[in-house]
Amino acid sequence: MPGAIYAEGLVKTFGDVRALDGVDLDVPEGTVLGLLGPNGAGKTTTVRCLTTLLQPDRGKAIVAGIDVLKHPNEVRRSIGLSGQFAAVDEYLTGRENLQMVGRLYQMRAKDAKVRADELLEQFNLADAADRTAKTYSGGMRRRLDLAAALVVSPPVMFMDEPTTGLDPRNRQQLWEVIKQLVSGGTTLLLTTQYLEEADHLAHDICVVDHGRVIARGTSDQLKARTGGERVEVVVHEREHIATASEVLRGFGKGETSVEEHTRKLTVPVAGGAKLLAEVIRELDTRGIEIDDIGLRRPTLDDVFLSLTGHHADAEDEGNGVVQDTKGRKAKAKKETAS
Amino acid sequence: MSAVTDTVRAVQPGGAIGQSVRDSLVVAKRNLIRMSRIPEMVIFGLIQPIMFVVLFTYVFGGSIDIPGAPEGSAGPYREFLMAGIFAQTVTFATAGAGAGIADDMHKGLIDRFRSLPMARGAVLTGRTLADLVQTALTLVVLAVVALLIGWRTHESMGKVLAGFGLLLLLGYAFSWIGALIGLSVRTPEAATSGGLIWLFPLTFISNAFVPVKGMPTFLQHIAEWNPFSATVAAARQLFGNTVANQPKSLTGAWPMEQPVLASILWAVLIIVVFRTLAVRKYRSATA
Repeated sequence: MPGAIYAEGLVKTFGDVRALDGVDLDVPEGTVLGLLGPNGAGKTTTVRCLTTLLQPDRGKAIVAGIDVLKHPNEVRRSIGLSGQFAAVDEYLTGRENLQMVGRLYQMRAKDAKVRADELLEQFNLADAADRTAKTYSGGMRRRLDLAAALVVSPPVMFMDEPTTGLDPRNRQQLWEVIKQLVSGGTTLLLTTQYLEEADHLAHDICVVDHGRVIARGTSDQLKARTGGERVEVVVHEREHIATASEVLRGFGKGETSVEEHTRKLTVPVAGGAKLLAEVIRELDTRGIEIDDIGLRRPTLDDVFLSLTGHHADAEDEGNGVVQDTKGRKAKAKKETAS
Repeated sequence: MSAVTDTVRAVQPGGAIGQSVRDSLVVAKRNLIRMSRIPEMVIFGLIQPIMFVVLFTYVFGGSIDIPGAPEGSAGPYREFLMAGIFAQTVTFATAGAGAGIADDMHKGLIDRFRSLPMARGAVLTGRTLADLVQTALTLVVLAVVALLIGWRTHESMGKVLAGFGLLLLLGYAFSWIGALIGLSVRTPEAATSGGLIWLFPLTFISNAFVPVKGMPTFLQHIAEWNPFSATVAAARQLFGNTVANQPKSLTGAWPMEQPVLASILWAVLIIVVFRTLAVRKYRSATA
């Protein structure tokens, strides 16, 4: 049985650009899928196809058990969407925004009012409820936008880069809100270009690049694919590199790589912290002074690099999009696409 | 999960039409709140027609002869002019509607609207209804200014109000043309200029500012079939601002013989055609 969000072979082209090139997704009910990829990978287009904003050229999509292409309006009753750019009316107050959205979800005026008050309280916006959204900070706008997506407590939620452009404190706050939401049983599809964010929030991760899903699995599974942990040592004296290398060879499971100019040695290992302690003791016995040593686990950035050959946040050369902030580049991309 | 279902099902009774009306009113309310918080937009919308009334009356008034009226007096022209200025005012307001929609289409809010289970045309209908309210306000102010500088009606209150009703109907019909323009351009600025240029020939090749009699024959035909002229003629007739014993039409155009009926038919036709096109465009927009 397909999950709460299911897509099969989604294709969408804009002129010559193949934004989606056969995307398959399956998100079980009550779980979080992180759609991870650089700008222009097709994350936003995927979300727009699944939320009825865009009609895919080919493929099949089922959300909350309803066929998206055949019954878009039924789907709209069961989803909440929080976009990349806070979708609130800046000349309306927070309360007016939420009431309007409630009414357009076909709630009675009275119910919409009660629900708006609940959400304002829950999202810590009660004090600003009667100020226009124009006066809100970036973080407050995002919270209002998220509240608007939650007006009917939809069983399926989509969040397109919910924390892009937020400062670390606001990002942390929003993460807490999202975690609470998910613990209540909501199915969530989240796009992000922050590896840390996917790691933090998602049960499963799909890595997308050039309109395709190039890898999927849990964060741990993806990390395992790049080869487990490794020990990194930075020695104090350049002449100690050879001896240190010899020591590491004894503990390692593979080739030791050496960066001469930074005096850094890296070796893949198995055995965790216990092994690290042994390495330190052995180096000490041989009288090798070290500046830094650590057990490194692969990050999602390493995963991305090994899958695609470029870093997740690397500039995609030659596409002519100037990147001054991540959000802005995404916007430029979006406008060309439309 | 059950709480969710309850909330989602807490919908109001009434079929598709009921929902369409409700959603449109919700969006109209949103636009009216916006207008009240950006009053300078309303104020600029008022200044331009007031300027036109004063300029046309005092600059052109003495030089334009109204057939059948005593030559060289400004009084008959003043009465002749007002229906034309009123009609021009309601049509020029459509450029604002187009700009407003173009502005909306390029903000995230439209994604929110399009992802909600709301009626198909409600975003556009709500906008045109809010603009209708603004146009009505503008007409009230303009009518007061016109009365102050000597404009008078010579028919019953009912007929005069019917005249204003036809003017508003014209404005509402034209706001759907503005909506389609707003949906078809990339920026609000383009919607403003694109929404204005076609209005100049449309309002000037008409019976609004000068009698059609002075125009070349081919322009007379265009002017008398112009939907805009039908409403002007109808309003003039309902205000009692026509000159006695003058032929209604020079070219025998039917809308000039039956201006009230013609203005209603024109407006309905424009609404049906342009609303259909605009709603279709809105649905397929991907901005």
